[in-house]
Amino acid sequence: MKVIIRKLIEQHGRLPVAIATLSDDQDLYATGLTSFAAVQLMLGLEEAFDVEFPERMLNRKSFASIDAIASCIAEIAPQKAVA
Amino acid sequence: MCENCTTFRKGLFAHRLLIETGVDGLYGRSGVFEDVIQRFDNLITSFGGGDGADVVRFPPGMNRALFEKSGYLKSFPNLAGTIHAFNGNDKAHADLLEKLFAGEDWTEGQEATDIVLAPAACYPLYPTVAQLGPLPEGGRLYDLQSYCFRREPSQDPARQQFFRMREYVRIGSPEEVTEFRQTWLDRGRELIGKLGVPFDVDVANDPFFGRAGRMLANNQRDQRLKFELLVPIESVEKPTACLSFNYHQDHFGTLWGISQHNGETAHTACVGFGMERVALALFKHHGFEVDKWPSPVRKALWG
Ligand SMILES: [Zn+2]
Repeated sequence: MKVIIRKLIEQHGRLPVAIATLSDDQDLYATGLTSFAAVQLMLGLEEAFDVEFPERMLNRKSFASIDAIASCIAEIAPQKAVA
Repeated sequence: MCENCTTFRKGLFAHRLLIETGVDGLYGRSGVFEDVIQRFDNLITSFGGGDGADVVRFPPGMNRALFEKSGYLKSFPNLAGTIHAFNGNDKAHADLLEKLFAGEDWTEGQEATDIVLAPAACYPLYPTVAQLGPLPEGGRLYDLQSYCFRREPSQDPARQQFFRMREYVRIGSPEEVTEFRQTWLDRGRELIGKLGVPFDVDVANDPFFGRAGRMLANNQRDQRLKFELLVPIESVEKPTACLSFNYHQDHFGTLWGISQHNGETAHTACVGFGMERVALALFKHHGFEVDKWPSPVRKALWG
């Protein structure tokens, strides 16, 4: 799953650094993820994993790191977590 | 209380403070109403006038290409107002009149012009500041006022489609603009305190559109980027934002390419005063007759 998440961050995150250099727990906002890019990433994740993030996850914290994103997806779609 | 004042809105009409036009949120203003607006405008200046802001006044329209670049449509497509106009020949004119007199939709031939309505007083400013090149040391400070448009028809007189916004806009380093915002949070409390209306200051978010907007709104709140000074006008549970204090971080600086004197991207912040809303708060809490307002309030406004 984290491979896909990394690919989507590369596609939508518009980060000034190479995705390969990011650790799973690194703060994406501190790395340069803007609010608008986070929204694009959120929509990209929904499409890729065929999920809809509930209202309570539509915040900064949910998309703050690769780990955070993975745990959100694991929570709303446990069957996808193994992908 | 007059017999026609069954609601606050009807009272405003009955006392000829606002004048109905047949469209919710589009009203005329009486001389008395405008005098209150003018006095409040002067009161704002008495707090901020000594800071040496550049005074700039834009009309309530802005360059459509710049508006498109501003990103407003990403966040508030439902609030934007565009200006369309006839751009046809004699035949097209005849078609228009035919449809008009037949009671059909005559507007389909209207074409978008290169002007859109300004959604906030500060939107036309940023691209003009970018044109000036890097900021001088200490950044820049502007004093703006303009009619603004937001497409949100409502029976609440405090939610108008055309309304005036006075703003101070600070452009500079993160420290300079956050200090500016803190100064105005303090001044805003003192200023509205002089008007004798109940108020509260709270973290807020812009009404971003859609699910993506839910996320932008939560981000804005989490980061405490927007505060509002709220006064109960139509309802106590949902008080009306009369002043707003906004820290945009480097959003506009990056978008428009505004750099500080040291080459780093500029940060921006603005304080906005909803002129009609403050006037309405005064009429709501002190009554429709200005000469009966409490004397400290009259003194604050008329001296
Ligand atoms: Zn502003």
